[in-house]
Amino acid sequence: MADRTTPTYESGEADRLPARDHELYNRIAQESDFIELRRRYRSFAFPATIAFMVWYLTYIICNNWARDFMDTILVGNINVALVFGLLQFVSTFAIAYFYARHANKSLDPLATELRDEFEREAGR
Amino acid sequence: MNAALLVPLATGNRALTIGLFLAVVAVTLYITFWASRQSKTAADYYAGGRSFTGFQNGLAVSGDYMSAASFLGISGAIALYGYDGFLYSIGFLVAWLVALLLVAELLRNSGRFTMADQLAYRMRQTPVRTAAATSTIVVSIFYLLAQMVGAGALVGLLLGVDSAGVKNLVIVLVGALMIIYVTFGGMKGTTWVQIVKAVLLMTGTLLITVLVLAKFSFNLSELLGAAADKSGKGEAFLQPGQLYGKDLTGKLDFLSLGLALVLGTAGLPHILIRFYTTPTARAARKSVLWAIGLIGSFYLMTLVLGFGAAALVDTGKGSQIQTSAGNAASPLLAQAVGGGEGTLGGSVLLALISAVAFATILAVVAGLTLTSASSVAHDLYANVFKKGQASEQSELRVARIAAFVIGSIAILLAIPAQRLNIAFLVALAFAVAASANLPALLYNLFWRRFNTRGATFSIYGGLIMAVFLVTFSPVVSGTATSLFTTVDFAWFPLRNPGLISIPFGFLCGYLGTLISKETHSAERYDELSVRALTGAGAEKAVVH
Repeated sequence: MADRTTPTYESGEADRLPARDHELYNRIAQESDFIELRRRYRSFAFPATIAFMVWYLTYIICNNWARDFMDTILVGNINVALVFGLLQFVSTFAIAYFYARHANKSLDPLATELRDEFEREAGR
Repeated sequence: MNAALLVPLATGNRALTIGLFLAVVAVTLYITFWASRQSKTAADYYAGGRSFTGFQNGLAVSGDYMSAASFLGISGAIALYGYDGFLYSIGFLVAWLVALLLVAELLRNSGRFTMADQLAYRMRQTPVRTAAATSTIVVSIFYLLAQMVGAGALVGLLLGVDSAGVKNLVIVLVGALMIIYVTFGGMKGTTWVQIVKAVLLMTGTLLITVLVLAKFSFNLSELLGAAADKSGKGEAFLQPGQLYGKDLTGKLDFLSLGLALVLGTAGLPHILIRFYTTPTARAARKSVLWAIGLIGSFYLMTLVLGFGAAALVDTGKGSQIQTSAGNAASPLLAQAVGGGEGTLGGSVLLALISAVAFATILAVVAGLTLTSASSVAHDLYANVFKKGQASEQSELRVARIAAFVIGSIAILLAIPAQRLNIAFLVALAFAVAASANLPALLYNLFWRRFNTRGATFSIYGGLIMAVFLVTFSPVVSGTATSLFTTVDFAWFPLRNPGLISIPFGFLCGYLGTLISKETHSAERYDELSVRALTGAGAEKAVVH
């Protein structure tokens, strides 16, 4: 039941915010610092996601359709399949590490600055 | 797992095992009592006051994620099927990169208590919250049911009893404990239960891993060789193909499973709401980093446990590991490396690992119940039904009632479900999470034009398609291992629906968006982006 006194409520939680917040968000969205922050975030997150998905699917596909390759013995009882599987662990740890470093160095300072700007002007 | 196939373990140490189980119960109840006195506001109840550090939440995330199925199931699968048993753990781990790179921080900044919050910011609330709550509850109940049935069988196995009465009693007790944790302890209590469990699980697993490796002079190749010899399958035991991909259908099924595993984690509601328990997005990121480290190390250790069990414990026909579908592998391995059956060391380690498995079950079911209860109270009651006009007190009362009702339903469903093979429910939960929830979350964060109809279409479309395909798959009918063995209405050949249902969920979200004329949500996209990326206006930690 839509309440006549709050007609816009049905179009999103954001409608509950004061008008001042909307102005600030939209202004920050146009600032060069924010555009740079978004670019830096996406330029890491998107290629990294594509990379690990391709790498993971390659592993799955090799398990299915490249059995001879996977069965190749490397040393002792260690075959390609096991090493390939363990490399999925290594790549996961590595991507996590590099993302953390990227975020600490390139994302957090900009994000903090913009958040402080918002909170200062929104009076919080 | 099929409960009827489980044969109890040796009974010599039952008193010790029960003692340790009671210690776990006592510690967790104390935590719950302590947490209930600290929880006052909605943010306390739903999000633990958002005051957990990255490390604490990392432990809790790991405790929430690593179920008894992965602790006992994966090592058991490796013990029985060798290399192929290892494949699950790779999907389960790599999946965390989706959470780290695309979801955790942005969700922390743009939501409050539930998965739906993040969509509700720029969409029409009633339809998106209803859709997101539906999928949250479906995923959580599937997962919960699988855990509860597993609990009955596992505890029966670990205590060395195989009577239906005891299993029913265990299900009721586990259910009652989980209701108590969630009703009284809220997120704070649940989180600490998960932290304790994660510490126990990591410590116990590390101990057994070191003991196993010591038997092979810390030479992995030697361990693998011994496992391959003992398995009777030789080199093939260390190669792909013992469990998956025997024919083309099998290969496609494996691909489908692999996709659901890697894309499902970041859409599991009980994982998503854990990110709200940290004070900042930065702490949410740290918690995922810790989780990746802990979960990754854990799965590496299960590799040693699985091959260790294959090398050191009887896994042949009629052995306990065979009859328990692998679930007994880790406990029996613990007994073996402790000195064997009847020795003090063997008994102590067996009891210890059993208690760890028990704590694991409790922590996971508590997390799932809390997630469903939060969604009922916050999404359905406070925002859909009361249109945001509910008082905090009434919302919290509904959350507690919902926890009680959902927990009771889970108990009532789990008791008859024991006779059924419901192992597929966990895989189905991942498939629904990947097909219904992930498309909506990602579109919302990265596609300006995405709107209410897109969100509801992707959630209902992915959910319905996943459940529909599974219903008509060999999992439900037509084979000896199906839910219904005597009828055959399976026309969809794959056991896992992900290969079809995940693209379908994304497609529904895309088409739903295009056929809607709503523009308001696109106008709010910039605001959502600023909130999500900078944390401006994000919910803050509670200061008591």
